[in-house]
Amino acid sequence: MSCMPSVTIVRRIKAPPSRVFEAWTQPEALMRWFGPHRTRVESAEVDARPGGGFTVRLLEDNGDRHQVSGTYTEFDPERLLVFTWAWVSTPERESRVMVTFRPVPEGTEVTLIHDRFVDPVSANNHRRGWTESFERLGEAFTEADTA
Amino acid sequence: MVNHQPAQLDRVFGALTDPTRRALLARLDKEDGLSISELAQPFEMSLPAVMKHLDVLEGAGLIARQKNGRKVECRLTAAPMEDAMSWLARYARFWSESLDRLAAYLEEAPPMEKSP
Repeated sequence: MSCMPSVTIVRRIKAPPSRVFEAWTQPEALMRWFGPHRTRVESAEVDARPGGGFTVRLLEDNGDRHQVSGTYTEFDPERLLVFTWAWVSTPERESRVMVTFRPVPEGTEVTLIHDRFVDPVSANNHRRGWTESFERLGEAFTEADTA
Repeated sequence: MVNHQPAQLDRVFGALTDPTRRALLARLDKEDGLSISELAQPFEMSLPAVMKHLDVLEGAGLIARQKNGRKVECRLTAAPMEDAMSWLARYARFWSESLDRLAAYLEEAPPMEKSP
């Protein structure tokens, strides 16, 4: 049974799914909201189609800069957006973001799930040199412990 | 922004993925400083099997084993778990604040004009 970390955020927005989806996939709109507080988008490039992708450059109020890129693995207008997520500083660490757009009476319910943060190979790789040392140490302590 | 110590995070989350290891941590949370045999006692598995799990937990920095006289005591070490949780919390905040700003943008601005 596996139990890997993920982040889930749900928001109801008073706008139709078409406008919400557009805000995610048009660079001029993306620049107006994307990113946390005390951060703004310096530039956004979006290739808005299945198999397309994006690159966003973020500038924090404190002057720190960050760049993130991704590829759209699912692009279903007004319904579903799934993309990879990798900071330019760690391109090999690729996670996944899934965004669903569900029509509700007041507008749109947006559900965002960010997961696949952890590399399962290295997470489950217990074969390191020091593991053997710990096993020998553990065996020695077992004798003392059960004496 | 939210990326740091990826190998350590992999080990912590990898350690937490196993229900026996989560149960071992929960046991120590209730009663810290148990000896290995005291800790292993309720689990229906061999002592070597439990010790393999303890190796993984120790490798992730989640527990420390210390000799105390003739006993080896297992203790929780809080920092890696706190680091992992705060790392996740940063991502939660990133997206929560982004979606707040998305709502504000869509609910306050008039619809964008489509270019001809």
